[in-house]
Amino acid sequence: MFSIFITSFIVGGLICVIGQLMFDVAKMTPAHTLCTLVVAGSILDGFGLYEPLIDFAGTGATIPITSFGNALTHGALAEAEKHGLIGVLTGMFEVTSSGISAAILFGFIASFIFKPKGNI
Amino acid sequence: MVMKGLLTFPSTPSIAATGVTAGPLEKKSPFHVNFDKMFDDERCGMKTNEQGHAKLMEDAIMIALSKVDKVPSDADFLLAGDLVNQMTPSNFSATTVGIPYIGLFSACATSVSSILLAALLTESGMSKLAVAGSSSQHNAIERQFRYPIEYGTQKGDTSQWTVTAAGAAAITPYQEGVPCIERGTFGKAVDMGMTDPLNMGAAMAPAAADTLMRHLSGHNASASDYDLIMTGDLSKVGFSIFKKMVGNQGIKDFQNFSDAGEEYYGGLPEFKAGASGAGCSASIYFSEIYKKMMEKEYKRVLLIATGALLSPLSYQQGDTIPCIAHAVELTMK
Repeated sequence: MFSIFITSFIVGGLICVIGQLMFDVAKMTPAHTLCTLVVAGSILDGFGLYEPLIDFAGTGATIPITSFGNALTHGALAEAEKHGLIGVLTGMFEVTSSGISAAILFGFIASFIFKPKGNI
Repeated sequence: MVMKGLLTFPSTPSIAATGVTAGPLEKKSPFHVNFDKMFDDERCGMKTNEQGHAKLMEDAIMIALSKVDKVPSDADFLLAGDLVNQMTPSNFSATTVGIPYIGLFSACATSVSSILLAALLTESGMSKLAVAGSSSQHNAIERQFRYPIEYGTQKGDTSQWTVTAAGAAAITPYQEGVPCIERGTFGKAVDMGMTDPLNMGAAMAPAAADTLMRHLSGHNASASDYDLIMTGDLSKVGFSIFKKMVGNQGIKDFQNFSDAGEEYYGGLPEFKAGASGAGCSASIYFSEIYKKMMEKEYKRVLLIATGALLSPLSYQQGDTIPCIAHAVELTMK
């Protein structure tokens, strides 16, 4: 039971290390880093590799942004089996809609309560 | 006569007074005790960052004029610039004060290019009182060249912190008892192929080295003639590259060398490599350095302001960062 916390921490941390290296070493912008990680998660799921990672690391694999790419591919493939080509389009949003809606809603609420600051 | 960018001023125009304003974070600067006015709010009580930026410049101009008991209508020229697109903060401050205005863009080297041009106008007899200066405001500049500060993006150790500050100098024909402008050198735009806007110090160092060497050889001077040789905003990374470069060209003793950007925030780690911005060199040159010249602690100084001549569009298209450095030599007789 305790070991899942450790594997989750290490796998999640390693994904973040990759992101940090993309910033610091590859000098990528935040937007490029984000998109690349989403695409990487999507491709991994296409080869059926992301679900085993989730089984192994739990939230360590579902919390990082790569999981969003995984969800896009996952939804598209699942719906494609049921509804064909149209399912590819509807499936993507079926699985990810909760995440997108939550981001919009919570972002909206937070913007009412807090004022963004940049200074130290 | 070919001058190759070298200037001498036989009439030695004087800097009769200076005015320096700064924002709230600049209280962390060891130099803040000599600033004339400090705002408690980054926007200087205005609605937007850019309006606050204009207010900084406007107040610095008014302070410099008030110290010589003058009002804007007494001044012949205003030479000012900043880093915002089309220099709107300087333009708005010029509208408010109403002095005949020449907008200048030399990026963060505008503090010195404005002094040199004001000295030329004075030398020619066309100006009895000219105000020269430059300014920057942290939020407005970071948003334009990097990311909006609200975005909270990470900054690396080579990145610099744009200061919120403005400096203005009132330049008159020769007067006794104040620092005067003896010589100067306009820099060449130097491009060593750097492309990282989060490492401007390294990009600007070659321009500073080029201007220093041209100034020394062109005016038959040596680095040891000066009580202080101060670069503008090379900061930790750029200043060490600069010292290596001029070291290779025969300068061995760096005791009288310093960099305004490196020292601006007293080396505090949260400001990364140090300060930058058009207000960085202006606010140090026109406060700390000016005061020490008035007290005769410094008799001869060489100020080399450095600027990165990029635009947000140019680096996003992958272009390199051309840089410039202008030098002015001040003496206290």
